[in-house]
Amino acid sequence: MSPEVIGAPVVERAKAPDRTQSRARAARRRKVLINAVRVLLLVGVLGLWEALSRAKVIDPFNFSMPTQIWDQIYTWVTHGTALGSLGEQIWYTLYEALLGWVLGVVTGVILGIALGRITLLADVLGPYIKVLNSIPRIVLAPIFVIWFGLGPASKVASAVVLVFFPVFFNAFQGAREVDRNLVSNARILGASDRRVTLQVVIPSATSWIFTSLHVSFGFALIGAIVGEYIGATKGIGLLVAQSQGTFNAAGVYAAMVILAVVALLAEGLLTFAERRIFRWKPAGSEH
Amino acid sequence: MSADTSPAIELRGASKTFRTPSGGLHTAVRDLDLTVGRGEFVAVVGPTGCGKSTTLTLVSGLEEPTEGEVLVAGEPVHGVGDKVGFVFQQDATFPWRTVLSNVMAGPRFRGVPKAEAKRRASEWLARVGLAAFEDRYPHQLSGGQRKRVALAATFVNDPEILLMDEPFSALDVQTRALMSDELLDLWEGTRASVVFVTHDLEESIALADKVVVMTAGPATVKETFTIDLPRPRKVEAVRLEPRFIEIYREIWESLGEEVRITRERGAAHVA
Repeated sequence: MSPEVIGAPVVERAKAPDRTQSRARAARRRKVLINAVRVLLLVGVLGLWEALSRAKVIDPFNFSMPTQIWDQIYTWVTHGTALGSLGEQIWYTLYEALLGWVLGVVTGVILGIALGRITLLADVLGPYIKVLNSIPRIVLAPIFVIWFGLGPASKVASAVVLVFFPVFFNAFQGAREVDRNLVSNARILGASDRRVTLQVVIPSATSWIFTSLHVSFGFALIGAIVGEYIGATKGIGLLVAQSQGTFNAAGVYAAMVILAVVALLAEGLLTFAERRIFRWKPAGSEH
Repeated sequence: MSADTSPAIELRGASKTFRTPSGGLHTAVRDLDLTVGRGEFVAVVGPTGCGKSTTLTLVSGLEEPTEGEVLVAGEPVHGVGDKVGFVFQQDATFPWRTVLSNVMAGPRFRGVPKAEAKRRASEWLARVGLAAFEDRYPHQLSGGQRKRVALAATFVNDPEILLMDEPFSALDVQTRALMSDELLDLWEGTRASVVFVTHDLEESIALADKVVVMTAGPATVKETFTIDLPRPRKVEAVRLEPRFIEIYREIWESLGEEVRITRERGAAHVA
C-alpha cells in the first residue's frame, strides 16, 4: 500500500470537523434568512395596508388600518371592553370552546371506536350518521340559542356538534384500519376482546384521532364564536358583533387577531401533547 | 384416547372455504389430514399462496374449519386457546410498546402479575440477546431484532404448540440462517410441537423432523417425508451434508411438480 493511500483518510478526518462546522453555519444562516424574509413580508403587507388606508386608496372606514387595530387592542387591554375586561371575554370564549371540544372529542372517540369495533352497531347507525353529517351544522347555532338561552350552554352545544363529526369519523376509521396482524397477535397472546379494544385498537387509532383533534379545536372555536355572535352576554364573538354594530372595523379585526393568537397557542399545546404521546413513532413519519 | 397420549395436533378432513369480496367462494384448504406428534417439528412446504397459512389459522383457532375437525392435544379447537404460540410472517410487534413491554404483553394478557411478567420477559429477552434493548421501541430495531422480540414474546407464554408462518421470509439470508439456529436452540429448551410453514425447502429440511409437501391450492397433503438428519443441527453446516442433498432431491421431485402447476395457473391468469 502506498503512503498516499494511507494518508488520504487522515487528511479527510482532519477536515471533517471543519466541514460539519461550516455545514452548521450554513444551516444557521439559512434559518436567519428565512426569519428575516418572514418579518419583512409581514412588515411589507402591514405597511402597504397602512399606507393605502392613510392615502385613502382603500376606505379606512371599512378596511381600517394596522395602527388603529393596534390602538383598539391596546385600549381593550388597558381599559377593558364595553362588556368588561378583555381577559374575561377571552376566558369566556375559551371556556365554551374547550368544554365543547372536550365533550365533542370524548363522545366522538367513544362512539367512533364502538362503531368501529361492533359491526352491527355500525350497520344500524351508519345511514343516520351520514344524514346528520350532511346537515350544515352551523345553522343549528340559532336553534341552540333558542333552546339553551344566551349563556354558555348554547355555545358549548354548537361547538360539540361541530367537533363531534370529524373526531367520530377519524376514530371510526382508525378502529377499522387496525392492522389485522396486531389483533390476531394480541388474541393469540391471550388478550380478551376488551383488552384488544383497549390495548390494540385504541392505541393504533390514536394517530387518526390526533389528526382530527388539530382540526376540531378550530371547529370548537368557530362554534363558540358563531354562538356568541348570534346571541350572548359575554365573549369575543359578542365583541365582534358589537364592533360591527357600531361600525368599528378596527374592533372586528382586533377580535380576529386575538382569536388567532388564542388558536395558535392551543395548537402549540396540542402539538406538545402529541409529541409526548407518540414517542414510539419513528421520527419524520408525518409528525 | 386419553389427552396425554393423543398427538399434539390432529387435522381430520379439514376444509376451509372463504367468501371472496366479489361474492365467489375460494377453497384455501381441502380435505386436509395432518398429525403432529408431541415435541415434533413439522415443516409444511408448498407453492406460494396454496393455503399453507390457512392451515395454521385453523390450528390456532383464529379461524374455524368449514368442514372436518381440528384437535389440539386431543380436544377440538374452539377459539384461541392458551396452548398456542404464533409467529407471524409480517411484523406483529406492538409499535407503541417498548421491547420489554411487548414481551410482557402475553403474560399480562393472561393475568400474570406485573413483576412476575417483567421478570419472565427480561429473562427471555436476555435469551434472544436483546437485554440491552429493553427500553427501545420496535421502530428503533432492525428487522432481525424485531423478529427476536416476536420470538421472545411467543416463547414467554411457554406454548405447547408453536405455529410459525414463514417467520423469517422477510429477513436477509445471513440473518435468516442465524435466526433458524436460534429458533432450534430455543425450541430444544422447550420441546414444544412446531408447525413451521415456509416455501423454502432448504429451510424446512434443515429445521424439521418431518416435511409435509402440500399440493397447489386448494391445499391438501401430498406427501410426507421424515428427515433423519441428526440433532443438534447447525443450519449452515447441515446444508452441505450429502444426506441433506439426497433428501432435498427426493422432496423437490414431489414439490417441484406442484410449483410448476401453480406457475402455469399464474401464467394462464395473466394470459
